[in-house]
Amino acid sequence: MTPILRKLLLTVLGWIVALVIAFPVIWMVLTSFKSETEAISRVPHLFAHLSLTNYVAVQERAKYLHFAWNSVIVSFGSTLLALLLAIPAAYAMAFLPTPRTRGTLLWMLSTKMMPSVGVLVPVYLLFRDAGLLDTRVGLVLVDALGILPVVVWMLYTFFKEVPREVLEAGRMDGAGPLREVYNLLLPLSMPGIVSTSLLAVILTWNEAFWSLTLTTSKAAPLTAFIASFSSPEGLFYAKLSAASTMAIAPILVLGWAGQRQLVRGLTFGAVK
Amino acid sequence: MFRHLDRVLGALLAALYLCAPATRAQTILTIATVNNGDMVVMQRLSAEFERQHPDIKLDWVVLEENILRQKTTTDAATHGGQYDVVTIGPLEAPIWGRRGWLLPLEGRLAPAYEVDDLLKPIRDAASDRGHLYALPFYAESSLTYYRKDLFAAAGLHMPAQPTYQDIARFAKALHNPAKGTYGVCLRGKPGWGENMAFVSTVVNTFGGRWFDEGWSPQLDSPEWHNAISTYVDLLQKYGPPGSSSNGFNESLTLFENGRCGMWIDATVAAGTLSDSKQSLVANTVGFAPAPTAVTPRGAQWLWFWGLGVPSATRHPEAAAAFVQWATSKEYIRLVADRYGWPAVPPGTRHSTYEQPQYLVSAPFAGLVYRSILAADPLSPTLKPVPYTGIQCIVLPAFPTIGNQVGQLIAAVLVGNMTLDDGLHKAQAATQRVVQRMGVER
Repeated sequence: MTPILRKLLLTVLGWIVALVIAFPVIWMVLTSFKSETEAISRVPHLFAHLSLTNYVAVQERAKYLHFAWNSVIVSFGSTLLALLLAIPAAYAMAFLPTPRTRGTLLWMLSTKMMPSVGVLVPVYLLFRDAGLLDTRVGLVLVDALGILPVVVWMLYTFFKEVPREVLEAGRMDGAGPLREVYNLLLPLSMPGIVSTSLLAVILTWNEAFWSLTLTTSKAAPLTAFIASFSSPEGLFYAKLSAASTMAIAPILVLGWAGQRQLVRGLTFGAVK
Repeated sequence: MFRHLDRVLGALLAALYLCAPATRAQTILTIATVNNGDMVVMQRLSAEFERQHPDIKLDWVVLEENILRQKTTTDAATHGGQYDVVTIGPLEAPIWGRRGWLLPLEGRLAPAYEVDDLLKPIRDAASDRGHLYALPFYAESSLTYYRKDLFAAAGLHMPAQPTYQDIARFAKALHNPAKGTYGVCLRGKPGWGENMAFVSTVVNTFGGRWFDEGWSPQLDSPEWHNAISTYVDLLQKYGPPGSSSNGFNESLTLFENGRCGMWIDATVAAGTLSDSKQSLVANTVGFAPAPTAVTPRGAQWLWFWGLGVPSATRHPEAAAAFVQWATSKEYIRLVADRYGWPAVPPGTRHSTYEQPQYLVSAPFAGLVYRSILAADPLSPTLKPVPYTGIQCIVLPAFPTIGNQVGQLIAAVLVGNMTLDDGLHKAQAATQRVVQRMGVER
């Protein structure tokens, strides 16, 4: 096989894989412009009678901006909180390990394997008694705790890539732990921190279980917005697709803009 | 310059204090509901309630049915108090009421509400031990929809009360896949609210029951065998391809696009099918009661969406005022004035069916009325049973049982399992769930 043919085949394969992965999203966007009857048609038409009617209907029914603003606050707030907690934790684990560090890391990750519904009632009761139901503060807290294991793990991996000698040199020059982290560790692992933050924002943006359970209207994010357009009786696929498109649009743009950082950060350890 | 600042601030504070009593605290009611057409209309018209009650503001939480059920159940069970009004059905109202999660409403109703105007089967389904725990917003039963043009072309005549034998005969005559017409469309998608809603009515009319008086499951009985055999035969021989993934919405789309000779499903579809803007068969659709077999008992289902007031609400009076308004004769009149009589929430009040305009504009209305009145949730089967409810029995474990049995029936339908094997497994699954979850309300 000639190198050109091989390159061509790999390119075609890459496009096919990309299309298969992107197809559900593309189909959702196309459906959002169709009528309800066309959306559920057994013989789908790719571009039949496209219009913005569903977007108008969605906008009339629900306050999109209210939900979107809540999503922004909650996803960025919980990411920030998780970073504040995870950076010192990952620093300690990477540079001051104890015999139990590995076990602690694995235990943290194991909490992600527990189904959320298993702790639904205790968390709900705690939130009720603390007055945190339907508040953005409550959702920031629970989402930050949800992504914390992933953030700690990722930061730990990135911090491990930073040569110890650099930090030791700082220490020789009289830097304390805070200065060491702020002036040396953070700038050196910035690509990793940015990709971790992007991933954390995406994860919390898409988080549905807690945001649907712990909010009603004031703090409800876009996941609740989408859930309001499904119906047991009556056609709803086109409006649901329009609502979903509106819900994923901001995070899609963010992911697009930050894809270089994201890929760089995520493949950093793998290359090594 | 700042010498008189304290006096200015003092005067401002005094002015604010004097103004304070003028701004009355507004009660905010949080209402949890589903995204059905009638509920969307209620949301639009709720400005009228706010106009009549300037001290009450409504905050809507519209959710998908299963998510709504999960959220409202969590909140009601933990007395979270997040919702002041919840949209519930015949499965929740009596169970939640008995557990003290809902306020009884009968003592809070104004005389003008005319509670006796509510249809008795619906009132019974919303009550427990004489207490009314939800006010019905709209209700439905089931009907047989058929294509009058296809019937005429095939020389068939739909009797006043069809039987499942008739349905099988008609389906055979109408089935013409080459022309894209299938004899009969029925729900096949697994789930307690999907295929099992229909299957339960077939079992009832074939003389079957879920449990005997001692709560012993009866799913391997001859009655269940006959019922499921009829259901599977109908769909396998005369149904559309992929029936096991068809729920209400999919079947509605098939019928309104002229792909089904008959369809047995919720009465709520009658309005859509008669609307020429949405349905290609608006001028040719006919209506008949749900078919029967051995007994008419439980042959047609009964469902309502009602509004209940959780006991943890901080605004019981305002919530009771709203649920009364939304389920009142006055509200039905308001919908008729704004959107026309066919758009009024059906199946709840006798007075709706006394309106000549409604009976003229909705030719199916009389049949829906009679179907609902014929449904008796307190005595749903031929043989005695320890439970109430027609297509969903009032038992906390029922959704689990219904979902598991629904999966097995769907497996029989697609041919992954024999009928005997499916019913044997369904019996064992029901037994397991009952042992694990009990039969207490």
